[in-house]
Amino acid sequence: MHSALLVIATFLASGVEMVEALTIVLAAGVSRGWRSTLVGVGAATVSLAAIVAVFGPALTLIPIGALRLVVGALLLVFGLQWLRKAILRASGYKALHDEDAAFGRELSAARAAGPVARAGLDWYAFTLSFKGVLLEGLEVVFIVVTFGSAEGALPLAVAGAVAALVLVGGVGLLVHRPLSAVPENSMKFAVGLLLSTFGTFWAAEGAGADWPGGDAAILAILACYIAVSFGLVALLRQRRASEAAAGGGD
Amino acid sequence: MGAVAGFFRFWYNFIVGDDWTVAAGVVVSLLLVAWLARAHAPSWWLLPLAVAVLLLASLLRATRGAE
Repeated sequence: MHSALLVIATFLASGVEMVEALTIVLAAGVSRGWRSTLVGVGAATVSLAAIVAVFGPALTLIPIGALRLVVGALLLVFGLQWLRKAILRASGYKALHDEDAAFGRELSAARAAGPVARAGLDWYAFTLSFKGVLLEGLEVVFIVVTFGSAEGALPLAVAGAVAALVLVGGVGLLVHRPLSAVPENSMKFAVGLLLSTFGTFWAAEGAGADWPGGDAAILAILACYIAVSFGLVALLRQRRASEAAAGGGD
Repeated sequence: MGAVAGFFRFWYNFIVGDDWTVAAGVVVSLLLVAWLARAHAPSWWLLPLAVAVLLLASLLRATRGAE
């Protein structure tokens, strides 16, 4: 159960980031040509794999108590950032992420940029796809490395991310357009909940707390955070509606 | 110097994001958890409670007058 949640968390987080990276890569490829774009994707993928290969095993050398405290705290802060944004989106205070609109923006910018040839490549297409894949992928790497090291299950965490890469990459290759039908906003909500849950569990354990029920406490924390998050969404929606009503009455 | 500042700014934005008080609250809560645990008092309840309070406070601040 515990391992399944870990794989689900890395799969969902990777899936969301890869959908966003795919949008950037498609915009670069469609507007500027595929050769330089794919070289950029390859260079970013190699960089990300190198980061996992270096930091993944290196973190396992740190004593597990200290590792869980630091990794758990980082994961919790990082997860709360995702959860906070997801709650703001769900309650209407922040615009929902729209992959078609993002594709349109990237496409216009790529078409408007002049030709820049460097190292035999279209430099704009190369840097756009390299940066897009590297920056979106860095979040995946952070989650994979922290989950994998804190649980001593790096292969499992990598498996979740690779499964998402194969699925998103495969579908992207087939349909050749942004995957706007993917429920990204709901996935981000789920990822925020899972990161915060595991972060809480590991950080508190690393600080010396004993969880009642051991690993089963993870499900209880998750249930608690789901209830709190939905309560906050309802509260903010109500607040927004009353603010709108008060604004309309002025 | 600019590159070093840029490096730290990137990681700060990457991990902490928009609201530093959430990160600070998590650190303070973990210190309290460690203090309770050293005193052999139950401490597991503190962090989930702190997360709920920090999230509520951060969201209320973010949405204040946002309409």
